[in-house]
Amino acid sequence: MRIAGRALRRAAVPAMTAADWSAVRLTVELAALSTLLLLIFGTPLAWWLSRTRTRLKPLWLALVAMPLVLPPTVLGFYLLLLLGPQGPVGQMTDALGWGRLPFTFAGLVVASVIASLPFVVQPLLQAFEAIAPRTLEAAATLRAGPLDRFFSIAVPLARPGFVTAGVLGFAHTVGEFGVVLMIGGNIPDKTRVLSVALYDHVDAMEFAAAHRLAGGMVLFALGVLVALQFLNRRRTAAGAWT
Amino acid sequence: MDVIDARLHLKRTGFELEAALALPGRGVSALFGASGCGKTTVLRALAGLERAAGHVRIGDAVWQDDAAQVFMPTHRRALGYVIQEAALFPHLDVRRNLDYGQRRVPPARRRVALAQAIELLGIGHLLARRPDTLSGGERQRVAIARALATSPDCLLMDEPLAALDAPRKAEVLPYLRRLHAELAMPVVYVSHAIDEVAQLADHLVLLDAGRVVAAGPLADMLARLDLPIASDDAAGVVLEGEVAERDENWHLVRLALAGGAGSLWTRDPGLAPGSTVRVRVLARDVSLAVTPQVGTSIANQLLASVEAIADDAHAGLALVRVRVGTLPLVARLTHRSAHRLGLVPGLPVWAQVKTVALLG
Repeated sequence: MRIAGRALRRAAVPAMTAADWSAVRLTVELAALSTLLLLIFGTPLAWWLSRTRTRLKPLWLALVAMPLVLPPTVLGFYLLLLLGPQGPVGQMTDALGWGRLPFTFAGLVVASVIASLPFVVQPLLQAFEAIAPRTLEAAATLRAGPLDRFFSIAVPLARPGFVTAGVLGFAHTVGEFGVVLMIGGNIPDKTRVLSVALYDHVDAMEFAAAHRLAGGMVLFALGVLVALQFLNRRRTAAGAWT
Repeated sequence: MDVIDARLHLKRTGFELEAALALPGRGVSALFGASGCGKTTVLRALAGLERAAGHVRIGDAVWQDDAAQVFMPTHRRALGYVIQEAALFPHLDVRRNLDYGQRRVPPARRRVALAQAIELLGIGHLLARRPDTLSGGERQRVAIARALATSPDCLLMDEPLAALDAPRKAEVLPYLRRLHAELAMPVVYVSHAIDEVAQLADHLVLLDAGRVVAAGPLADMLARLDLPIASDDAAGVVLEGEVAERDENWHLVRLALAGGAGSLWTRDPGLAPGSTVRVRVLARDVSLAVTPQVGTSIANQLLASVEAIADDAHAGLALVRVRVGTLPLVARLTHRSAHRLGLVPGLPVWAQVKTVALLG
């Protein structure tokens, strides 16, 4: 066992090239930043969706869920057009002097946020919808204003939803390929994330290198899901709220 | 003096609310009616949880006045609100549930101390507990204390006992009576249980299909024969009296009725002489005789005079209102008995009530 373990480590560690590590770092940065932005923008969106009485709610829910069902390349293609020099958003960023987003890290962040939106909004929406209206009304009768109610009641009660949303948003951004390739391309140190690096290795028939990245991602995914189960288990064991 | 003044109008499919309320600034006003009559909607509109057209004024405070385009959101209204399900915050322990409202009231406006609310509801031993470990009755007491701790100008209660079984109900009721005795705060109490209303209320508003059918002091309302509640199986009047004499041997007390109208023997409620006690006398438990009875087990015989006779829901039954001094009593008799006794308004009669039948 010890010998096998050492052999594996010897084989694994030196073979990770600087380019591979750069892809890992870039992926983690992208996923962390995207998750942060998703929580910042997804939370009010989910809160609004959970409370709104607009008749257009099914349309909004469908729009949020679109990235789940669309092929990522379709999403990437339209984003590319939208953000590109001829697209309205591209012309706006040009006019503001921000340059163009496609094939930059910032462009990757924008694309990842859109592609991972449902993975963050849906768990939050479910968590918010599970809060009984009478609980929020009770807070209102105890002098809590709307923002106060949100932070003192809704957020703590939706905590499991936030954990799930954060973990799924992060994991899905790490695993995204189609959108990333369309928007970011494959520029080392700038837009070449893990999934693209893996594709490169396979393309170059470097199966050993591909195994190390792919295997690492399998372990990562497994770890994330086990951690989520563990967090959920601990929460219910503590006799907490639903 | 009327302190709570509201006019509320609201239209929904199959339901229209058109209610005007003028409730006293002291004591408990009960909104009573069958389910679907709109009593909960009225309460929610008073709290601003429901948007009805009209106005809501509590003393000097204007909570809503459509004519002046005033609509204060719920969290700005100095009210306490307690619902059937208690709605405690599940992520906070009892102490932090109690703190929640009080912390949000400016210190200058705090008239009810947290310690006082805790003591009134007897929940000092529960402070460290989480809501999901409390019994239904305990939860409701915490919810009431939580509302009181905000020093509201008015306490709104929506069937606070309806979700409790009989023993839990009996556990919470004395606390509600205590609130009533010790706090000057007006309470609006929604209920569909006439026994709760008879025990707690001072003022009664009858609602039916979104409209106020009748309103007035509880004792007067319960003595009216023209209202739908008079035909209820549990219909009856309430009388208040002072504990005047205690029969230690037989565990009974004599209540001297208000206005010197007479006295009633009842079970010893364990209160000191001089305390005021409210008893319910159900119409079906009152019998009438034209001569004083001897050789009977019935200890309470009150000289009265017949005031009014009305039909009851069943064709064979009549409701007879008599006055004992100034106090009304209602008796449910058969029409045959009323006929045989020759009951007519003004006739002196003896009203008899079994001690056992008096409800505390």
